[in-house]
Amino acid sequence: MGLDIRWPIGLMFSIIGALLLIHGVATGSDTEMLKRSLGMNVNLVWGLVLLVFGLLMLLSAKIAASAKKPKEK
Amino acid sequence: MTAIQLGTIDYAIMLIYVAFVIGIGWTLRRYMKTSSDFLTSGRSIPAWVTGLAFLSANLGALELVGMAASGAKYGIATSHFYWVGAIPAMIFLAVFMMPFYYGSKARSVPEYLKMRFDERVRCLNSLTFAIMTVFASGISMNALAKLLHQLLGWDYNLSLWICSAVVLAYVLKGGLTSAIYTEVLQFFMIVLGFAPVVYLGFKDVGGWTALTGKLSQVAHDPAALALNSKSFAPDAWTSAWKPLLGGPTNNPMGVDVFAMVFGLGFVLSFGYWCTNFLVVQRAMAAKNMSAARRTPLIAALPKMLFPALVILPGMLAVALASGGKDGYRLPPKIISEKTYAKAIPAIQEASLLRLGPDEALQQVNKAIGRKDSGDLKLKRDKIAAIITESTSQPLSKELIRSRLQDAVAGNDYDGVILSLVTKYCPSGLLGLALTALLASFMSGMAGNVTAFNTVWTYDLYQAYFARNKSDDHYLWMGRAITVVGILLSIACAYFARNYDNAMDVIQLVFGFVNAPLFATFLLGMFWARTTGTGAFLGLLGGTATSGIFHALTIASGNLPGAKGGYIALAHTFPSEMAQNFWLATFAFISCFVLTTGISLATRRTKTNEELKGLVYSMTPKIKDEGEMWLLRPAVLGVILLAACVVLNFIFW
Repeated sequence: MGLDIRWPIGLMFSIIGALLLIHGVATGSDTEMLKRSLGMNVNLVWGLVLLVFGLLMLLSAKIAASAKKPKEK
Repeated sequence: MTAIQLGTIDYAIMLIYVAFVIGIGWTLRRYMKTSSDFLTSGRSIPAWVTGLAFLSANLGALELVGMAASGAKYGIATSHFYWVGAIPAMIFLAVFMMPFYYGSKARSVPEYLKMRFDERVRCLNSLTFAIMTVFASGISMNALAKLLHQLLGWDYNLSLWICSAVVLAYVLKGGLTSAIYTEVLQFFMIVLGFAPVVYLGFKDVGGWTALTGKLSQVAHDPAALALNSKSFAPDAWTSAWKPLLGGPTNNPMGVDVFAMVFGLGFVLSFGYWCTNFLVVQRAMAAKNMSAARRTPLIAALPKMLFPALVILPGMLAVALASGGKDGYRLPPKIISEKTYAKAIPAIQEASLLRLGPDEALQQVNKAIGRKDSGDLKLKRDKIAAIITESTSQPLSKELIRSRLQDAVAGNDYDGVILSLVTKYCPSGLLGLALTALLASFMSGMAGNVTAFNTVWTYDLYQAYFARNKSDDHYLWMGRAITVVGILLSIACAYFARNYDNAMDVIQLVFGFVNAPLFATFLLGMFWARTTGTGAFLGLLGGTATSGIFHALTIASGNLPGAKGGYIALAHTFPSEMAQNFWLATFAFISCFVLTTGISLATRRTKTNEELKGLVYSMTPKIKDEGEMWLLRPAVLGVILLAACVVLNFIFW
């Protein structure tokens, strides 16, 4: 099928990851909120994890696409 | 549970997710040219995608919500549903059964049955399957809408229709392919959305040693948390096999080891994973035989590790509640509006009359009424406290409501996972976890709908209503039935909401139908002598056996009636789970014996030539020597099985 699912997965997690990361930075000084997640800025950390995951997905889709092209045409 | 507040970022994450799943359907729409593209993906998908979709389609409401609930109720023994009740069957499907499903070119499991046996067997299987998937999807949607209502205060109707509309939008556009692709996205969403919650809970409890310590206290006195009325050995919640080997009275599940290994591990598990079209369809959509066979194996690896994500939260919740850490308690059973309407005046009256604790409790219980309250138990001292406070100064209705909810002794196990989400997730992560929850429900619903539309179009409509129509006609029908299937699911959701008991009975009957199924497939695939008449009557006989077995037995603590034992009481099981596992065992054996006997007594209708590709002994062995040895299904299967055994030993 024409769509490599890694593109949408990678894109979605990159966007969500970036959003969480920014939100984490913006609310980093809100101690009341941090108390809930055991004093850890979990939005920042997890946003970063999602962003890296998303980018890796995109990268692997890119590699697959460029490896496929010369073969097909 | 009080409604929680969502921030802009939480809604943003949900919207991004919805936009992406609909976008995937939209992108795929131009590839949907034939009915086979729409209903069977035109057999074109790589193995890692079908593998993750295989897992995700099964990851409905049951998995996230139900497994955490069982984790709280039974502890680590719940992982038997994975390590005993799933992995071996998934490996068996990959190594032994997939060659026939895929190689026969059948478009569905019922169609395989028609090729192997005859029209009767297919008709029986496709009808029960079609009805079952619609109900399953409805039950899950009802659960979702209820949760969203309780948790976020969203309108029940609105959440039900919006979620269904999203699923409809992407399934209608991109068919099975779009369901499979979004299932992969949902798989990652679920894992990445819940992992931080589990991590935070784990850290809060204080790690594994602290967890086992807390849970051994719980095992000594589970009644303190209203988990169980008995007292167990300290390892009852933290080891998988030892309490089980101690017999049904020594483990909170109330199950013996034979029922667990044979009833769940063989009959029920193989019956589900190897014959249920919902999951098998994903493997059938793979691009070639070796991808089809690798599909269940790729799914088996994450499946094996899933207990850490879905069962552990339940155990963490129990450990947290046991220490009463930060005032955490297991979510109490939800009081219905009807009950509130009766209980609040009773409280007000009791406080006016200045009743003592016992009389007040009696008064409230009387007002609620036995029938409506179900097994709602109120704590005496909490009720007394409400009365005392209300006597000195009348409390508002709202306050009485929340205090009453707090006074409920029983647990709402289905709320366990969400209670952890709301405890630990700040705005942001909260949106992610809730999106993961939405994703799990949507993947379950899409899975059901795509299996339903294929079985309807190919096995019922094409077989019995419109035999020789153009492919365009079937493509049109596939789309139309997708809409109908979703509408039927919604209808079932309302039905489930209003008739809880009727739903239990329906699910029970499905259990009767499913229990003997694996015997039919096993004999059909591995014994050429099995005849259509043997399979058909054996299946009916097996189902009848389940019905009779249920009518004659009961689980201790239940009253004869819908829960069984309504004809006579031949045996009382220590728990419903044990009753279930034994029922399946009996149904399987009866179907096996009947099919064998009747097959020997009837004439074969299919020649050896016709059975080629359908039966083990008539089919040339698949040559996978060309593949790298590590990627061969049999080798992969053995490795996975070994890993599963190791896991069982670690948590022995």
